[in-house]
Amino acid sequence: MSRQVFAYIKHSAGEVEDSAYELIKVAEQIDPQAEVTALLFGTGDELDKACQQAASIYPQVWKVDKQEHSYPNAELIRPQMMNLLPADAVVLASFDTFGMDLTPGLSVKMGSSHLADIVGVEGMEGDTLKAVRQEHGGQVHTHVTCDMSSGAILSVRGGVFPASEGGQSGQVVDKTAEAGDVQARRKFLEVREAEIGEVDITKEDILISIGRGIEEEENIEIAQELAEAAGGVVSCSRPVVDAKWMDKSRQVGTSGKTVKPKIYLAMGISGSFQHMGGVKGNPFIVAVNKNSKAPIFQVAHVGVVEDLLEFAPTLTEKIQEMK
Amino acid sequence: MNILVCVKRVPDPAENEIEINKDGSDIDREDLVYSVNEWDNYAVEEAIQIRDQHGGSVTVVSVGDEDSEEILRREMAMGADQGILVSDDAFQGSDGLGLATILKSVAESGNYDLILAGAQSDEGAAQTGGMLAALLDYPYASLVNEIQVQGGDKLQVGREIEGGNQEVNEIELPCVLSIQSGINEPRYVGIRGIRKVSGVEIPEKGASDLGLSEDQVGEQAARVKRVDYFHPEMGEGAEILEGSTEEVAEKLVELLKSKGGLK
Amino acid sequence: MEHLLIPPAEISVLGIPGIFLSLLIPVVGICAFLYIIARRLIPLAKGTSDPRFDRFPTRIKKVLLYWLAQYKQPRYRLAGVLHILIFAGFIILSIRSISLVIMGVNPEFVFPGLDGTSGVVYSVLKDYAATVVLLACIAAGIRRGVFKPERYKVPAKYGTEHTWEAIFVLGLIGGLMVFESLFEATAVAAQAQQGAAVEMVAPLSLAWFFSIVLGAAPIAALQSMHSAAYFLHDLIFFFFLCFLPFGKHFHVISSIFNVVFLKLDRGRVKPVRWDVSDEELDNLESFGVRHLEDFTWKHMLDFYTCVDCGRCSDNCPAATVGRPLSPRFISIKARDHCFDRFPVFGEIKEREPLVGNVFEEDEIWSCTTCGACEEECPVMNEYIDKMVDLRRAMVEEGKVPQSLQKPLGALEKRGNPYGKMEKKRQEWTQELPEGVQVQVAGSKENPETLFFVDSASSFDERLQEIARASATILHYCGEDFGILGKAERDSGHEVRRFGEEMLFQTLRDTNTQAIQNSGAKRLLTSDPHAFNALNKDYADIPPAQHISQFILDKIRSGAIKLKPLQEDVSLVTYHDPCYMGRHNLLYDTPRQILDSIPGLTRVEMERSRDRSFCCGGGGLMLFYEPPEEEQRMGQKRAQMIAETGADLVVSCCPFCLTNLEDGIKTSGKEGQIQIMDLTELVVRHLDWENK
Repeated sequence: MSRQVFAYIKHSAGEVEDSAYELIKVAEQIDPQAEVTALLFGTGDELDKACQQAASIYPQVWKVDKQEHSYPNAELIRPQMMNLLPADAVVLASFDTFGMDLTPGLSVKMGSSHLADIVGVEGMEGDTLKAVRQEHGGQVHTHVTCDMSSGAILSVRGGVFPASEGGQSGQVVDKTAEAGDVQARRKFLEVREAEIGEVDITKEDILISIGRGIEEEENIEIAQELAEAAGGVVSCSRPVVDAKWMDKSRQVGTSGKTVKPKIYLAMGISGSFQHMGGVKGNPFIVAVNKNSKAPIFQVAHVGVVEDLLEFAPTLTEKIQEMK
Repeated sequence: MNILVCVKRVPDPAENEIEINKDGSDIDREDLVYSVNEWDNYAVEEAIQIRDQHGGSVTVVSVGDEDSEEILRREMAMGADQGILVSDDAFQGSDGLGLATILKSVAESGNYDLILAGAQSDEGAAQTGGMLAALLDYPYASLVNEIQVQGGDKLQVGREIEGGNQEVNEIELPCVLSIQSGINEPRYVGIRGIRKVSGVEIPEKGASDLGLSEDQVGEQAARVKRVDYFHPEMGEGAEILEGSTEEVAEKLVELLKSKGGLK
Repeated sequence: MEHLLIPPAEISVLGIPGIFLSLLIPVVGICAFLYIIARRLIPLAKGTSDPRFDRFPTRIKKVLLYWLAQYKQPRYRLAGVLHILIFAGFIILSIRSISLVIMGVNPEFVFPGLDGTSGVVYSVLKDYAATVVLLACIAAGIRRGVFKPERYKVPAKYGTEHTWEAIFVLGLIGGLMVFESLFEATAVAAQAQQGAAVEMVAPLSLAWFFSIVLGAAPIAALQSMHSAAYFLHDLIFFFFLCFLPFGKHFHVISSIFNVVFLKLDRGRVKPVRWDVSDEELDNLESFGVRHLEDFTWKHMLDFYTCVDCGRCSDNCPAATVGRPLSPRFISIKARDHCFDRFPVFGEIKEREPLVGNVFEEDEIWSCTTCGACEEECPVMNEYIDKMVDLRRAMVEEGKVPQSLQKPLGALEKRGNPYGKMEKKRQEWTQELPEGVQVQVAGSKENPETLFFVDSASSFDERLQEIARASATILHYCGEDFGILGKAERDSGHEVRRFGEEMLFQTLRDTNTQAIQNSGAKRLLTSDPHAFNALNKDYADIPPAQHISQFILDKIRSGAIKLKPLQEDVSLVTYHDPCYMGRHNLLYDTPRQILDSIPGLTRVEMERSRDRSFCCGGGGLMLFYEPPEEEQRMGQKRAQMIAETGADLVVSCCPFCLTNLEDGIKTSGKEGQIQIMDLTELVVRHLDWENK
C-alpha cells in the first residue's frame, strides 16, 4: 500500500518557499512510491500562482482559497487540515516559525506521531521510520524511530535535504469547500518589520565574521559584500567593536553574543576561546587567516591560508557566478 | 492571572561540551552541569512580571527525576510562588506526546489562565507547548517575544518570525504560549536566594496522583524513540584548501553549497 | 593694659546692654548648633555597626598626618597649598575666636598660657594668620569664581552648580578675618591717638594696616567700629558654625572624626555585616545596602565629610572614560538624599530604595574597585566597600546585568567564569618548555610551595603564558612546587567585589579545603587579584606571595641570574596593577626586578604608583559591558604608555596584560609598543648557562 503523503507548502507573494522543493525529496526518501500532495492555503491570484508553481514540483496540489488565509494562521489552518486529511496521513512541513505553530498541535489532533526537525532520513522498516535529528543545540546527532502506523507529522529542517528539479505537471484541486469554516481563538493583527540596521546575529544561519585582520574600518565593505552574496550577515570579534567599527550587537564571543549559525566563516579572526566560546551549535566553520598557525585552524573544518582582504572579494565573485 | 510555567532541567549549553558515551546510548553525563533550560527561564521571568503587574500567581512545574527539584527552587528564588515536581519511574522514556500528556494532567489539576513553556529545550523539538495546547484544546502561539495583557480575557502577543520581524496576534485566554529567548532580561538568582527557599515544601506528584496509565505515558506509549547518539563523520582540525586564490575560492563555494550555506 | 575704648561688654546697643548681646549670641549659636548636630546624628545612629574603635595609636598617627599635616592636600598643588594656609590659619585663630567670645563677657579675659611673652608671640602669629587666611580666601575665591577649574563642574545629570556656596563661605571666613583685625586695630588706633601704651601689632598684617589707616579717625568713630567689629565677628562666627552642617563645609567639623575612624585595612572588603558572622548570614533578612540606613554609620559620616572637591572623580578611570560613574557624586547624591530624608527642621521622611532613586544600576556596576578615588581623597572617604554593599543588595534583588549573569552562573557551576570544565584547568601545563614539570598537589608527594593559578591564567590562551612563565621561573630556581589542578576554583576575588558574597564563600571554602589538604607551606601566585584574595579574603591558609616578591628574593640571593636586556627593547615603562600597588603597596618590588636586568632603562608614566590608571579591571569586569563608554580604559592607558616613548610596557597582572594588549592593538600602536608580563620578561632573560 502506498502512503498518502502531504507537504504543507509555505508561500508568499505568489511564490512557494524553497522548502517546497525539499519536502518532496524527503517524501521520496521515506517512501519512493508515495503519492505526494502539496497543500496550499491562501487566497486569490497569489495563491493560484503559487499553486501553479507547486504543480511543477508535486503530482497533486490541493488548494484552500479563503480570505482569512491571506496571512497564515496555524490556529485556523490546523482544524481545516483535519477536515481535509485522512486520519493516517503523513504530513511534512518545514521546521520554521510557522511549522512550530502548526505541527505539534496537528499531531495531537490527528492522533499521529510527531517528529520534529529532522535533518536526515535513514529509511523505513515496516511502519517505522528511522530518521536523524540533532540535540543539544546541534552538538550531537541522534537516530530516532517514529511509528507511522496511525499517521505522522514530520517537520523538516530547511536547507539540508536536496532540492527537487521540478518538471512535474501536477493537478490543482480546489479543496476550499471541504476545509470547512472554523473559528480561531487567535487573531492575526499585523507584522512589525524589524528596524533597518537591526540585525540579530544570534538568529542567523550564515555569519561572515571578521576580526582584527580586517585592518581598517573601510574594509568592512568587503565583508558586507560577501555576506550579501552568501545570504548571511556580518558579525565580528571584540577588537572590531572596541575600535568602534561595528556595533556591539554584532560581536560574537563570551563578552558578546552567543551565535548558533550553520555556517561560520571566520575571517582574520585568530580564534581565541573567548571568541569561539560565543560560537555554539556545531556550525560548519571556515577559517580564513594569513597566519597558518592561528588557533582558529584547530577548530575550523576548512581553512584558507590567505589574506582575507584578497580572498574575500574573490570568494564573493565566485558565489555570484554560481548563482 | 494564575500562570503555570513548564520548566526542564537540561545540561547547560554554555558550560558543557557535549560528548557521547562509548556505546552511543547516551551523552557522556559525567562532568556535566545542569541548569534550567534557558528558554524556560525567560518564561518564568515573563510570568513573574505579568503577576507583579496584574496580580495572580506563578506555579512552576517540572517533569523529571528528583534532581529537577534544584531548578524548581531556582525559579522559586526568582519569584515563582510554588513549584510542582512531577516524577515517576513510569514516565521514563516518554516521547513528546507523553510529556505533554503529563503536563496536561498537571494543568487540569489547577486553575490556570495562562500556560507558558520555553520555545525549545535541549532536544530542540519545540513541540511541548503546541502539544499541550492541543490536548487542552487551548489556543496556542509559539516563539512569543512580547506579551501584553488586554483586559480580562485576551492577550496581545508578538511572535518572532523570520528576518527578525514580529508577528502580532490577539489570543484568548486561557491559552498556551511558547516563549522565545530575549523576551525579557531574566533576573539573577544568587546562592542566597536559593537558600532562602530551601525549606519550602515542593509537592511531588506521580502517575497515580495525576491519573495517568502506562498506555498514555512512558516508553510503552512512546511512538517516537531515540535509538542512539552519534557524531557525523568529520575530519580532525581544518582541512586546508590548497591552490591559487581562484581555485581555493571555487572549492570553498562548492563546500558551502553542500553544507546548505548559500542561499 | 588700659582700655581707651569701651569694651563690648560695657557698651549698650539701642539700650540693650552689650554684655547681654555677647551672652545671647553664643548661647543661641551654641544651642542651635547642638540641635543641628543632634539632628544630623540621627541617620548615623540608625546606620549599621562598624567597629572603628580600635588601634588608637595608629589612628592618632593618621590624624596627625592626614588631618593636622594635611598630607594629601598638596597632591593638587595650588588648591592644596591654599587649603593648608586656610586650615593652619583656622587652627591658630580658633584660640583667638574663643577668647573674643569670652571677652564679650569678661573684657579682662586672657587665654590660659597666653599671658606675657607667649601672649605677644601668639598675638603676632594670629595677626599674620588672619592676614594669610584672608589672602588665601581671596585667591581661592578668584580661582573658584573666575578660573573655574574643570573638576568642580557639576554635570547636569548630577545636580546644579554651587559655586555660590563656596564663594559665600570664603566670604564668611574673610569677614571673620577682617572684623577680628578691625576689632584689634581700632583699639590700637585709639591707644596710639591718646598716647597710651600701644598693643603689639604685627607689622604688615591686616590689623597693622587697619591701625595705620584708622590712625586719625575720631575716637567716637573708632568706638563704633570697635563695637560693630566685635558683634559682627560674633555673629558671623556662630552663623558659620551653624551653617557648616548644611553642606560640604560640614567637613570643617567632621573631617577630624572621619580621619580618626578611617579604614585601616587596605585591600579588604567589609563583611556583609560587621555584627553578623558568616555562619549566621542565612538568618539575615537582607544583604547589602538597599536603603540609606543600611550603610554603616562611618559610611554616612563619609557622606557628611565629602568636600565635593572632585579629586576622586578626576582620578576615577570609569569617570575618565565616560562610564556613568563619578565617585564624587556617589557621596554628594547620598549626602543630599540623607539631608532630604533627615532634615534639620521638619519630619523624617519614609525610606526609599537608593538604586533607582538616588543611584543608577550601571553607576554602581561601573566601578572597577581600582581604589584611585580612595587614594586621592583628602578626608579619607571610602568607596569600594559602599559599591560592594550596594551590589550585594542588587545581587539579592536579581538586578545583575545580563553580561554578568553568564560568568556568574559558570562560576557557580564550574568554578570559573568561562564555563570550562574543571578538568581543563590544568591544560596549560601541556605546553610547558622542555624540562619544566608541574605536579598536581596530592598526586604524588605534597609540594612545599603551591602555585595558585586562578581562572584567567588557567583558561585564557594568551594568559596561560603567564602561568607557564611562572612555572619556568620556579623550575629554574629549583623550587619544589605544585598546583591544585582541577581542585582549584576561581579565587572569587571579583565575585566578592561584585556583591555575590555567598558564591564567593562557596569558592573560598572549596579552595581553603583544597589548599589545606595539599599541605603546602606557602602560596605563590602571579595574579594580584588572587594574591589579594588569598591574603585578605581567606583565612586559615598559609600566607601568599606574589611571584614578583619571590623573584626579587631570588635575584637578591643570587639564585636568579639575568642576562642583559634583549636588543629589541630600548625603553621600558611599568604599569602598576591596582591590586599590586594601591591595595598592597607593592610599588617597588616589580620595579627593582626590572632594574636588575642589565642595560634596562626604565621610564615612569605620569600616572604611576598610587596614581596608576586602571587597565579596565579584572575578573568579572572583563565581562561587564557598560551602557556608555567613550573609550576603553585600556586604550586610554595605551595613550599614556605611548606618551613615555617606551617601546615595552611591563605589568604583572593577567588582566592588565589582556586589557592593555587590547588597548594597544585597538589604538593602532601594535608594533610600536610591546607588552609583556613581568614573568615573561624574566623568563626571556634567565641566564641558564651561568646559573
